[in-house]
Amino acid sequence: MQFFGYTLGDPTTPMTGPSPELMEEMGKFIEEATKAGVLLATGGLAPVEEATKVIRADGKFTVVDGPFAEAKELVGGWALMECRDKDEAIEWTKRFLAIAGDGESTIRQVYGP
Amino acid sequence: MTSETHAAIEAVVRMESARLIAGLARYTGDLGLAEELAQDAVVAALEQWPESGVPRNSGAWLMTVAKRRAVDQFRRNRELRHKYAQIGRALEAEGDAVTPDFDRAFSDEIDDDLLRLVFTACHPVLAVQARVALTLRLLGGLTTAEIARAYLVSEATTAQRIVRAKKTLAQAGVPFEVPGPQERGARLSSVLEVIYLIFNEGYSATAGDDWTRPALCQDALRLGRILAELTPAEPEVHGLVGLMEIQASRISARAGPGGRPVLLLDQDRARWDRLLINRGLAALAKAEQLGGADGPYALQAAIAACHARAFRPEDTDWPRIAGLYAVLAGQAFSPVVELNRAVAVSMAYGPQAGLDLVDELTAEPALRDYHLLPSVRGDLLMKLGRPDEAQRAGGPA
Repeated sequence: MQFFGYTLGDPTTPMTGPSPELMEEMGKFIEEATKAGVLLATGGLAPVEEATKVIRADGKFTVVDGPFAEAKELVGGWALMECRDKDEAIEWTKRFLAIAGDGESTIRQVYGP
Repeated sequence: MTSETHAAIEAVVRMESARLIAGLARYTGDLGLAEELAQDAVVAALEQWPESGVPRNSGAWLMTVAKRRAVDQFRRNRELRHKYAQIGRALEAEGDAVTPDFDRAFSDEIDDDLLRLVFTACHPVLAVQARVALTLRLLGGLTTAEIARAYLVSEATTAQRIVRAKKTLAQAGVPFEVPGPQERGARLSSVLEVIYLIFNEGYSATAGDDWTRPALCQDALRLGRILAELTPAEPEVHGLVGLMEIQASRISARAGPGGRPVLLLDQDRARWDRLLINRGLAALAKAEQLGGADGPYALQAAIAACHARAFRPEDTDWPRIAGLYAVLAGQAFSPVVELNRAVAVSMAYGPQAGLDLVDELTAEPALRDYHLLPSVRGDLLMKLGRPDEAQRAGGPA
């Protein structure tokens, strides 16, 4: 079954860029997860201040540029994982956070066969 | 990180299982022994981790514990002296503790060990069913009960099959290694065959009421993806992965109301998984780049890709499919391939061209009793406006 994982954070807290050591460790982790047949796709997102919302209300479109007022936003990275069950997805997420540092990741199952 | 739940620990153990057994099999040269030692380490983890939490380098933790158990057993069991003496020496050389260095060395060697395990579990000395069971058990991390459920045989039968397979490997003196260049092609074929068999059992289950078993497809896909990372230069591995990714992309669309199968041309293509299609096309492209366009799996993947690329059934490149089937048919005789080729030819060049091919096939002694032949023949005769002959052909009236 597939799981979509993404990190949530407070966009008003300035994020420091990852150190070269962290980048290297994360690179190894991504390699490990790919080799295990778990990581199907992954990516990073531009800061939420640069985000844009497209809203349709009563048939009318509104386009709103960020930043937005919500406290927690989807920040940073996301990953699509193929795991045998949710416990495996949780373990992979723990391994990710062990490298990324303190933070919050959400895992949601993707509907599938 | 304390009071880990049982489920969390089991997940970790399952994730580490294949690499653990692979590493131990290299140390001991004995698959059965490797599995026993791995099991001991798992028991230790289930005892200690609920309190201590799952260690960061859980794989290395399990490996170290398993090797220590090996040495302990050696002191109690003289018969296994030789094997354990080797482990003891290796362990001394490495030092006693789980160190970061050990962790690193562990992950560097592990790819080779996993590949050895793949080739050993799929060794041709084993019957096909034994290869399948052993592969799912050792590499897929499935329990004996899960394998038994997937194949609708009793747990006892499955356990027997696995025990006997390990005994056969030991008796045949199969070395725990990646085959040399001379043997490699044939041995790799055996590995690919096992993975595709697992996939197909999931894709069109022969046992049970369910028309598909997606979990088995996913187990096979995962094995294929792992193998592709272990052997990146093997075109047929990418070909097989491409084929499975594209076929798996249709799983949701293949089951209609009440779970009844929906044929390819009748499927709602909006329900095809685009991510899997793209992964499949990428794997196929890799196989072709590596010079493997004519490999049987790459050819089948290329055929599947023709369908995947068509957003509507009428966009399907039938002449290309017919051509690919012709290449495939030229490699090895297969009734299924011949018949599919005839269907593709009829789609590309009209029912008469397909019928000509089917009539050639009818003359083949090997195909005389092939049950799908009359129905395809009948279908083509119907399309040609010859219903009486269609009826006599035994096809749809």
